[in-house]
Amino acid sequence: MPVRIEADKNLTTAYLSGEIDHHSCVFIRDEIDATINRLAPLELCLDFMHVSFMDSSGIGLVMGRYKLMHSLGGRVRVRGVSPSTMKVMKLAGLDLLAKIDCKGDIK
Amino acid sequence: MKAVNEMKLTIESRSVNESFARVAVSAFVAGLDPTVEELSDIKTAVSEAVTNCIVHAYENTMGRIYIWVGIFEDSTVKIRIRDRGCGIADIEEAMTPLFTSQPQERAGLGFAVMQSFCDKISVRSTAGKGTTVTLIKKIESRQRC
Repeated sequence: MPVRIEADKNLTTAYLSGEIDHHSCVFIRDEIDATINRLAPLELCLDFMHVSFMDSSGIGLVMGRYKLMHSLGGRVRVRGVSPSTMKVMKLAGLDLLAKIDCKGDIK
Repeated sequence: MKAVNEMKLTIESRSVNESFARVAVSAFVAGLDPTVEELSDIKTAVSEAVTNCIVHAYENTMGRIYIWVGIFEDSTVKIRIRDRGCGIADIEEAMTPLFTSQPQERAGLGFAVMQSFCDKISVRSTAGKGTTVTLIKKIESRQRC
């Protein structure tokens, strides 16, 4: 499973794992959006702790969820990002859009 | 300059093959003992180029993607990714960061990632005939003790 979701009314956490690319993105997006649209949480946390690879498809994934959360009045947090994934996120300026915690920042 | 080692790979434009393509290329390049970052850069750039073939070149159709990788004496790696898809009418526009012909969920950063993660990239395309993307990256030899 590339994504496992824990959710309540305040916080939805999506634990992503494995490789995020154009192929795996579709399933992940649909799973997360189904939960967000159902619960309209205040915060969405995308946990990248177990993501081993991400290309620019992951940028589309984070940006798309940011837009959706924004439209519902909620916010997005990104955590557990590896150095290589951070490099892709920084290129897109995602660090200006959402709060990003790198691997090692959290226990 | 002639490559000291080379490989060829042909895959169908199925999205499930994106992961196979980048892993195959990185496994071939691993012989040069690249750093984790160099290998990750190559994987990411290849993933972007192959995804472009699937999403844009062969949009909604099935075609073949031809990958050639050459390793040169000075540890430069050249990766050529070719398709016989629709081609790019305006290459400059396609390479502009954030431009995308499919704005729903694509970030429009494929070429920006390739450019940023490689030393040099070149794109040749003919509308209706296909596109060839060439990625060039020098693997710096590791400091050995």
